[in-house]
Amino acid sequence: MSTVRSSLKHPPAAPRAGREGRRAGGSPRRKPRTAARVVLLLAGLCASLTAIAQTRPIVIGSKMFTEGYLLAEMMAQVLEERGFEVRRRTGLGGTLVAFQALVSGEIDAYPEYTGTLTQAILEVEGELGEEELNARLAPLGAELLAPLGFNNTYAIAVTGETASRFGLERISDLAALPQLRFGFSHEFRDRADGWPGLQQRYGLPQTSSGIGHGLAYLALLEGDIDATDAYSTDGDLLRYDLRVLEDDLGFFPAYLAAPLVRADLAPDVKETLSALTNRLDDETMRALNAEVAVEERTFAQVARSFLLAQGLVTSGETRAPTLWETLGRNTLTHLKLTAIAVLAACVVGVGLALLVYRSPALSAGVLYVAGLLQTIPSIALLALMIPLAGVGQVPAIIALFLYSLLPIARNTITALITIDPLLRRVTRALGLSEREQLRHVYVPLALPHMLAGVRIAAVVSIGTATLAAFIGAGGLGEPIVTGLALNDTSLILQGAIPAALLALAAELFFELLERWLVPRHLVSQPAM
Amino acid sequence: MGGIIEFRHLTKSYGQTEVFRNLDLDISPGVTTGLVGESGCGKSTLLQLINGLERPDRGTVQTFGEPVPVNGLASFRRRIGYAVQGTGLFPHMSVARNISLLGELEGWSDARIRARTGTLMNLMALDGELTSRYPHELSGGQQQRVGICRAMFLQPDILLLDEPFSGVDPLTRADIHEQFLKLMGSESTTVVLVTHDMSEAVVLADEIIVIRDGAIVQQGPVERIRQSADAYVARLFGRGRAS
Repeated sequence: MSTVRSSLKHPPAAPRAGREGRRAGGSPRRKPRTAARVVLLLAGLCASLTAIAQTRPIVIGSKMFTEGYLLAEMMAQVLEERGFEVRRRTGLGGTLVAFQALVSGEIDAYPEYTGTLTQAILEVEGELGEEELNARLAPLGAELLAPLGFNNTYAIAVTGETASRFGLERISDLAALPQLRFGFSHEFRDRADGWPGLQQRYGLPQTSSGIGHGLAYLALLEGDIDATDAYSTDGDLLRYDLRVLEDDLGFFPAYLAAPLVRADLAPDVKETLSALTNRLDDETMRALNAEVAVEERTFAQVARSFLLAQGLVTSGETRAPTLWETLGRNTLTHLKLTAIAVLAACVVGVGLALLVYRSPALSAGVLYVAGLLQTIPSIALLALMIPLAGVGQVPAIIALFLYSLLPIARNTITALITIDPLLRRVTRALGLSEREQLRHVYVPLALPHMLAGVRIAAVVSIGTATLAAFIGAGGLGEPIVTGLALNDTSLILQGAIPAALLALAAELFFELLERWLVPRHLVSQPAM
Repeated sequence: MGGIIEFRHLTKSYGQTEVFRNLDLDISPGVTTGLVGESGCGKSTLLQLINGLERPDRGTVQTFGEPVPVNGLASFRRRIGYAVQGTGLFPHMSVARNISLLGELEGWSDARIRARTGTLMNLMALDGELTSRYPHELSGGQQQRVGICRAMFLQPDILLLDEPFSGVDPLTRADIHEQFLKLMGSESTTVVLVTHDMSEAVVLADEIIVIRDGAIVQQGPVERIRQSADAYVARLFGRGRAS
């Protein structure tokens, strides 16, 4: 036995453990042989897992807006050009999600902005220089590479016509034109580095009204408002031929884009990404964004042609997957997320129900907690998962699992406690052991309700899993999230239609399963 | 000689209501004993004390000469058949499986199960066609017969019957009584029958115990009870009101 114990202590030493294990197996006691095999197997598994971890691809993430996707694609493509294996994990639900993903090692790099890091991550007042930023990021294990060259800050946009009519070039020109009507996004009107500060710094006499960002440009074109806030590299500025007024007093903080990477990333990876340094100015970025928004080319295509023109890649061939490949991969991921979550919820939910159904107090307790989980809005539950389990598929599966628990546990408990008391008495009186009572009587009788619970859990999970793309879990939510970010209906439908079909298929599957498992006359009972 | 079932100094209450106080009772082996009394007199509770569904507050219940066990209740109960008003048949099982489930759990061979099922159904005049039906597809009388077959499947030493023949029309009931007597003729089982119907007890039982308010009013062979001058017994026979 001692040989086995010692080999357990050193699982990587697989061959030695195997030899000793075999020798032990030759002795009269046969048990160690099996144990040694298990150890050997585990050691082998560990070794191969370590090997997989070592050749792990570099994971590039992005937040969910056009520029984020485009820059991530550029980063991915320059790495691929140099022979690195790259995985894309784009469309993360926001700054905090993306940053958390980086820190926890779910992703290795994503494009970020200096201003965002300063305010949202480090929560520092005022601006920080590059060096100071990196000094503060270092303890978090993150590093900001050299800027890509453009500054995507807030800007004030007017139509070309308004600009020429009033001779507008700089923001300070606005001070003399109190008759102009300003419509700003709600966020911009609230932020200290938005309208309130801007008004003060430039002494602007105008008042402003709030308007959704998507509608602001249309309102501008139709003449309902004269000026609005914009992001300085927004492709729509080109599409609608809008003019950006110069921030001549330097009010807006700098939002210099740069690759944010894990500090422990291999030096050659960082070096390769640095090839993008200073390759993009405001105008170029705006044009590239417009190519995606206006000309409806894919991120991969736009990034490729830019990199080709810059001589950063040698061939125009992108390795972008086809629609069907993407659809297949997303559907599989989606199925995987929901299947694992619902199966786990079945095991735990039914197990829990069987444990507690005899005690009304415990049953009520379990149902109360499960019900409480259910009341947390799904997007909030997913967000809550980030500090607990990071981002990616694991927290998504945990969240879906928690959601699925209630319908399964509730239906199982309800079904078990509503079984006819006479039937229960007879079942006990006839001499069925507790296990036999459950196996032959209670569970078969509860089955229609239990299946109904699983069915609800599965259908709801398929729907909720589309939100999991916000925390980088992939699946059919990915095209939906991207489509929402780009206002691209066809992309949204690429996720929404298969998700709806999947939900229908799940309904059908459980209908058939119920017909197969439950006698017809028990099916006709109302199934919650 | 003691009985196959013995109650000694039995006290049992439900909440504030005392059902039995200091009851002593012996049930003789190999015969059918009818426990007769009005609803609520505690006769169903007596049955459930025998197979451990209920426990005495004070006093003892001995079955097969031993106190009702705390552990291993399942195997203990397999020696005691149980059939009840409303039958409690398993709605998700066919008639055949309802009857033979205990044999299946005991690991009987298919052939033995089929043979025993056939014998019982035959004695209780259940058509072979019914084997694959579900309980809800049977008449009330058929359901009661299936309940009896199920209770008798393992040839138990004791059979407990809790008003198993009520709720059907008198003709059907007479048929079932006849079949039940036939069945008892071919099996040697101690039967404890709980009923509120004295005439049923007279037809089926060898001995009768009359219970009123948790106490024994009369106990003895059917003939003696039949001739009892006790006013309450007379009323149970329906004579009290008639005269």
